[in-house]
Amino acid sequence: MSVEIMMPALSPTMEEGTLSKWLVKEGDTVSSGDVIAEIETDKATMEVEAVDEGTIAKILVEAGTENVKVNSVIAMLAEEGEDAASVEAPSSQPAETISGDEDAEAAPEVEDDVAEGAAGPKPDFKPSNDPEVPEGTTFKETTIRDALRDAMAEEMRRDESVFVMGEEVAQYQGAYKVTRGLLDEFGDKRVVDTPITEHGFAGLGVGAAFGKLKPIVEFMTFNFAMQAIDQIINSAAKTLYMSGGQMGCSIVFRGPNGAASRVGAQHSQDYSAWYAHVPGLKVVAPYDAADAKGLLKAAIRDPNPVVFLEHELLYGETFDVPDVEDWVLPIGKAKVRREGTDVTLVAHSRMVGFALEAAEQLAEAGISAEVIDLRSLRPLDTDTVVESVKKTNRLVCCEEGWRYMGVGAEIVATVIDEAFDYLDAPPARVHQADVPLPYAANLEALSLPGTEDIVKAAKAVSEGI
Amino acid sequence: MSKSPREAKITTDQKLKFYKDMLLIRRFEEKAGQLYGRGLIAGFCHLYIGQEAVVVGMQDCIGDGDQVVTGYRDHGHMLACGMDPDGVMAELTGREGGYSRGKGGSMHMFSREKNFFGGHGIVGAQVPIGTGLAFSNKYKETDRVCLTYFGDGATNQGQVYEAFNMASLWKLPVVYVIENNMYAMGTSVERHASETELFKRGISFEIEGMEVDGMDVMKVREAGMKAVEHARSGKGPMILEMKTYRYRGHSMSDPAKYRKREEVDDIRSHHDPIEGLKKQLIAAGEASEDDLKAIDKDIKAVVAKSVDFAQESPLPDPKELWTDVLIEAEGV
Ligand SMILES: Cc1ncc(C[n+]2csc(CCOP(=O)(O)OP(=O)(O)O)c2C)c(N)n1
Ligand SMILES: [Mg+2]
Repeated sequence: MSVEIMMPALSPTMEEGTLSKWLVKEGDTVSSGDVIAEIETDKATMEVEAVDEGTIAKILVEAGTENVKVNSVIAMLAEEGEDAASVEAPSSQPAETISGDEDAEAAPEVEDDVAEGAAGPKPDFKPSNDPEVPEGTTFKETTIRDALRDAMAEEMRRDESVFVMGEEVAQYQGAYKVTRGLLDEFGDKRVVDTPITEHGFAGLGVGAAFGKLKPIVEFMTFNFAMQAIDQIINSAAKTLYMSGGQMGCSIVFRGPNGAASRVGAQHSQDYSAWYAHVPGLKVVAPYDAADAKGLLKAAIRDPNPVVFLEHELLYGETFDVPDVEDWVLPIGKAKVRREGTDVTLVAHSRMVGFALEAAEQLAEAGISAEVIDLRSLRPLDTDTVVESVKKTNRLVCCEEGWRYMGVGAEIVATVIDEAFDYLDAPPARVHQADVPLPYAANLEALSLPGTEDIVKAAKAVSEGI
Repeated sequence: MSKSPREAKITTDQKLKFYKDMLLIRRFEEKAGQLYGRGLIAGFCHLYIGQEAVVVGMQDCIGDGDQVVTGYRDHGHMLACGMDPDGVMAELTGREGGYSRGKGGSMHMFSREKNFFGGHGIVGAQVPIGTGLAFSNKYKETDRVCLTYFGDGATNQGQVYEAFNMASLWKLPVVYVIENNMYAMGTSVERHASETELFKRGISFEIEGMEVDGMDVMKVREAGMKAVEHARSGKGPMILEMKTYRYRGHSMSDPAKYRKREEVDDIRSHHDPIEGLKKQLIAAGEASEDDLKAIDKDIKAVVAKSVDFAQESPLPDPKELWTDVLIEAEGV
């Protein structure tokens, strides 16, 4: 029987790629493991290996063909004992597709231990009315990934004592390519590949900060920072206090936080509430590229330990970043991303995208939603939230993490403290299901909060409008 | 697994079994890679291709009741433990028929029945866990041993040494199997380890270590026998550093720019564990090409069946989202 060789997906979100080169020709025999072709995505070239043994009977997609869909048949293999000449090309192509992002940009950047899935919706948002942007400023389309890299590079140019450290940050250019190019520019003294030893290098970072360096410690993901959480909390967060103000610790702990795509319970967790709980830390969780850049620069300059929570599924998203000399934003200020009068949606990180999308749908249903992007979780800009609730009288808190003792709980408590009389309905919370994240596609989808959940919650608190 | 695990001499049948077991892992992993390419498996998927001799050789050294624990590169370990390929493949596709009923995925499978304790995603975490299983064996006064597998990269985690110390101090029946495949993701051992001879990592804990050719199933078995015997007889832990190699990228989407294609090709063509054993079997007249071909055919059928099962098994029932979080406490 002949075997169809299909265009493989080389990452969880890849939908098409360029078949750049065939390393075999018709008539060649191959055995499993032989490299038969090279496929190019915009970020990497990957080799395709034969899975079965046999003779290449037909090559159906020529070298150099662009936009070859994943799962389309690219060649036919005749198995042993079969006449290669008699192998026919399949009449129809299998229609199976993988789930993932439609945005081709986000897909192929994935390299190695990276599973980027469907990113959040991309709202048509131009921060041109942001009060922090000088008039007449132009904007540059930038991915979150590059915005973060630019922030680090600019701060490293500005201050010799800033250095980056973490697993695969240098030679590999970052597991998620956030540190791409930094090794080339700054060398291996300042861009340091560590062994897999989170507790060790986080503590080493704290010591280096006591020694007046300014470390940026990258965790491959925040899931692995749990190995290091003792140093982050017991050493970085508390020492200033314990030393009567002597031992400042200027350090940034950064990396992707939250759920990735189909990587299971140990690799998908939102740590927002965990770190926001701790006095002595600042905690930042930006949504768009301008905030990612401006807040990371602020975090690096901050004299305190800052936990900087990025989102794996947003790295490939593009947003406008103001093209100014030194774009730094204040930590601790929320941002009203959309004004509204009927209900306040509070969110941070990837949930902001869902909240904006929900606001759009709510508008169609005649409900005017105000969307607040917290940006920073400690300090928490409760003033902005309370002001908004005083206007809308309704509140929905959205977070990707679990509800128990969560970010939403804190916000609701504050609003009840400060604006109880203004509330027309009990505040609602949107959050992950109270279980570890499952792997199965359907259960994962049920578990994670999204636009629909926000719309539903907003409608529920808005009943009677 | 009714054989006596301490039998030192190897019969032709045993060698053929090694061949079969290694080939099953190889074919299974090739198929898994292919299913990933078709989008049927998602997330992280770490293949064991190239390292088959390690787990197959070691498995022959243990018997009923002995335990196995490893990290996320775990498909080979599960098959070697006798777990059903159907259930493993169905977990990879996230279906009801999977070992974790679709809730764990590639990195997180377990089997109480086969004494396979996972399937752990946090690098190094399985080392204290394996040590704890050994602790339970000693506590219960069984003569069971726990094989604890981890990578070269994992040997840099602090908890590994905390576990070493306790295991040696309390003479726990654990064998530490370091699968040194020369890379931790994109970082070679030379770039991540100050002492690259990883079998020496137990010296300051008085744990004896051995370097083993992990591409040769016979040598693995020989070293494994010694280590398991040592642990079983109450002398405490031992470290086996298996020199091995992974042919594929770290996980599915790794372009593996950190090593040369020639390096992979060289090992594949000169040190492949399956080809190596095949040559030995044929040279010794213990099997013919045709015998081995027939084995391959049978194995392909087993793997094909697992793929069918993994595609036909339904997605888990939505109600499953809420189960297994806690066990209902009875009579408390
Ligand atoms: C604590 C922790 N840090 C980082 C990771 C990401 N990660 C997964 S596998 C891996 C490399 C491990 O290499 P090694 O121990 O040599 O095992 P191999 O993958 O080669 O089998 C890394 C860094 C993780 N899973 N857990
Ligand atoms: Mg390794």
